[in-house]
Amino acid sequence: MQCLTSNPGSAITHSLRGMALCHPDTIQVHFDPDYVERTAPAPAGKVAVISGSGSGHEPLPTGYVGLGMLDAACPGPIFTSPSPVQLLAAVHSVNRGGGVLFIVKNYAGGVLNTDLTIEIATQEGIEARAVLVNDDVSISDVANRRGLGAATLACKIAGAAAEAGYSLKDVVEVTRRAVDASRSMGVGTNLYTLPRNGSGDGLADDSIELGVGIHGEPGEVRSVRNGMPEIVSLLVQPILDDLPYSADEQVLLLISGMGGTPPLELYLLSEATHDILAAHRIQVGRQLVGNYVTSLGRGGYTITLMRLDDELLDLWDAPVHTPALHW
Amino acid sequence: MMGQEISISQLRRWLLTYAERVIENEGHLTELDTAIGDADHGVNMRRGMGKLQERLQEEMPSDDIGAFLRSVAMTLISGVGGAAGPLYGTFFLRAATSPTNGRSVDLAQLTQMFRYGLDGLQQRGKAKADDKTMIDAIQPAVEAMEAALAAHQSAAVVLAAARQAAHLGMIHTIEIEAKKGRASYLGPHSIGHQDPGATSAYFLFETAAEVLTKTTDSE
Repeated sequence: MQCLTSNPGSAITHSLRGMALCHPDTIQVHFDPDYVERTAPAPAGKVAVISGSGSGHEPLPTGYVGLGMLDAACPGPIFTSPSPVQLLAAVHSVNRGGGVLFIVKNYAGGVLNTDLTIEIATQEGIEARAVLVNDDVSISDVANRRGLGAATLACKIAGAAAEAGYSLKDVVEVTRRAVDASRSMGVGTNLYTLPRNGSGDGLADDSIELGVGIHGEPGEVRSVRNGMPEIVSLLVQPILDDLPYSADEQVLLLISGMGGTPPLELYLLSEATHDILAAHRIQVGRQLVGNYVTSLGRGGYTITLMRLDDELLDLWDAPVHTPALHW
Repeated sequence: MMGQEISISQLRRWLLTYAERVIENEGHLTELDTAIGDADHGVNMRRGMGKLQERLQEEMPSDDIGAFLRSVAMTLISGVGGAAGPLYGTFFLRAATSPTNGRSVDLAQLTQMFRYGLDGLQQRGKAKADDKTMIDAIQPAVEAMEAALAAHQSAAVVLAAARQAAHLGMIHTIEIEAKKGRASYLGPHSIGHQDPGATSAYFLFETAAEVLTKTTDSE
C-alpha cells in the first residue's frame, strides 16, 4: 500500500499501463480521459457494453474488457465514480451503432454520472441504457442496496448476450433478470488502510464484520465461536431468505475475496458454503472462486448466488477472453 | 419593459461574472465544505470556473443560446468534477433545452430556462427543498422569478426577487439538517453550517441580477 498511499492518482495511471503491457492482444488503455477498450474492435451493429467503477475493485471493471464481456471500462479515482467525460469518451470509441449498455453498481456517484452520460448520449442520437446492480442483502431497502459480486456476473451475461447479437432491449432484459436472480453478502475480517483516511483500528481475533461494503463502509461486528461454518451460515442464510431459492434449483456460486484474504481461506469458505447449500438441496451448477470484486487489500469476502435458468447458463458458458476471465 | 430581450452576449457576461465571483470566494467555499463535507467544493469550483473562463473568452462559442448553454454544461461537467460538476452540468444541459429566440430570450423564456434547469437538477440529484443542498437556493429563486413574472414586473424586479429569494434560501441552510450529500452523514451535527452548494448556487442569481439587467449590449 506504500505507493498507493503516497500517490494514489499516479498509481492508477501506472497500474493501467502495466495492465495493458500484460494483455496487449486483449486490451488497450487511453488516458485523459481514462478508459480501457478492446484491442480488436467489435463488429458493426453489436451492442456495446461499458462499465465504470471507482478504482480499487480490480479486476472489476478493467479486467473484464475483452471478447464476450465488456467493450470498455472506465476506472475512476480510488473508490470514486468515473466522470461523464470518461464514460462519453468510451461511448464514442466503442459504439458500433447497436446502442450502449452501462453496467452500474448502485452507488450515488455512479448512478448520477451514468444518468447524465445517458442524457448527453441520447441528445447526440446514441441509444444508451443502464442496468443497476443492487445485490447486497445486508441493506433491507432494495432501492438502496449496493452492488457487490453480481456486478461481475452482470458484465459476463450482458457481454455474452451482446456478442450473441441480442438487441439492446434484449441485452437489458436478460441482464436485469440476471441481477434480479442474484443476491450477495459480504464479511470483513480486518479493518484496513484507505488511501485517504489512513489505518483503521483492528478487529479482535474472534470477530468479523458482517455486511461490510467494498469502500470501507462498516458492517455489524460479531464475535464468531465456531469458525468458518458459522461465518458461512451468517453470510448464506440471509441470501437464501431474501430470494427464496428452492430445493433442487441450480445456482451459480461466486466467492470473491476482497483482496487481502488468501486463496487457502477462500477454499475453506467454499467447502463450508457447499455444505450449507447441499443441506438445503440447492445444486451448485457453476462456480467461481477468487478475487473478482475487491476492496484494495481488505481482508474479507463476498458470497453471491445467482439462480440459473437455461438462458443464463448458456450465456455464462459462452466464450470469454478477458484479462480476468477466459474460457 | 415587457418584451425586453436578453442577448447571448449578456448571458456570456453573466457567466463570466459568475466565474469571477466563485473564484473570489474559493476560500469561503472551502471553509464551508470543510465544516460539513469533504473540503473540495472550493477547489473543484475554482478549477471548473477557470475552464469556463477559458471557454467563454474564446470567440463566442456559439450563436445559438441552446448550443451555448450546452457548451457551458459540458465545460462544467469536465472542469468541476465531483458531484457538483454533474449537477451544475445537468442544470445547464436542461436549461439548454428550453425555448429561445435563437440569439436571445425574453424574460418569460429566461424564467423558463431557470425552471428547466431546476427541474433537471431535482430529477438528477433527487434532492428536495430543505435537504440542505443547492436546491435550497435555486428553487425559491425560480419560484420568485415566476411570481414576479406573473405580476408583470420588469427584468430588474424579477432578477432582484430571484437574488433575494436565493439569498434567504442560502441563509436558511444554516438552520436545517442535511438530508442529501456527504453532509447528511453528520445528521444533526450539520445544523449551524451554511451549505457550500447552496452558496455557489446563490452566486448564479447574485450575478444574474447584476449583469442581466443592464440593457446596453456592447458586443
